Amino acid sequence: MAVKLLYFAWLRERIGVPEETVELPESVTDVTTLLDWLATRGEGYAYALESPEIVRVALDQQLVHQSAQIGEPREIALFPPMTGG
Amino acid sequence: MGVTVRVQEEDFDPQAEQDALTADRTDVGAVATFTGLCRSEGESLSALELEHYPGMAESQIEAAATRAADRFTVDALLVIHRYGKIAPGERIVFVAATSRHRDAAFDACRYVMDYLKTDAPFWKKEHRVDGSEGGWVDAKDADDAAKERWE
Repeated sequence: MAVKLLYFAWLRERIGVPEETVELPESVTDVTTLLDWLATRGEGYAYALESPEIVRVALDQQLVHQSAQIGEPREIALFPPMTGG
Repeated sequence: MGVTVRVQEEDFDPQAEQDALTADRTDVGAVATFTGLCRSEGESLSALELEHYPGMAESQIEAAATRAADRFTVDALLVIHRYGKIAPGERIVFVAATSRHRDAAFDACRYVMDYLKTDAPFWKKEHRVDGSEGGWVDAKDADDAAKERWE
């Protein structure tokens, strides 16, 4: 399944691109397995995801818990805790 | 009851925004506004750079503002949040609530700000006066606590 991944703030800086389209392997079923798989894609990914528990994830712009099933979203965004206002 | 959310790069005029909410109204008894400004952190910062997630930033603020408008019976609720590079002293965020009585307007402003801090996808990067690149502003536990008191 091809899906658009978006990265923000220091996740974007460490990974090196703001977005990319990837083919998710079948082993990726929930957010945890997604982050585990992404971390294997290169040094920048490993650095960005060295503390996966603090990474926030949105499926089609809806925040989800790390135990959430991925389903078939059009886009998945990864970002640090938010600091608006 | 109307909720308006604007996410924009350009500055805004708080007085003009407030006046527009109450123009030709004789049933509104209270307007509460909150304006958030960029601090220099002891003259060490030349700017904050705000990054956001377009689309989700608007929808997350709208969700919080709609909950606030229902819960506190406000007449109108306006939220403006800027992105891009913002210098110390400049405005970052604005919330204005109108209602018949003051409590609803005060509470709605505070509720929106408390949720916006932790739930709206914005991130702040520091730019230092000495030209070096600062870090990303960390999320604060105090902001989570501020949100939880409404739950």
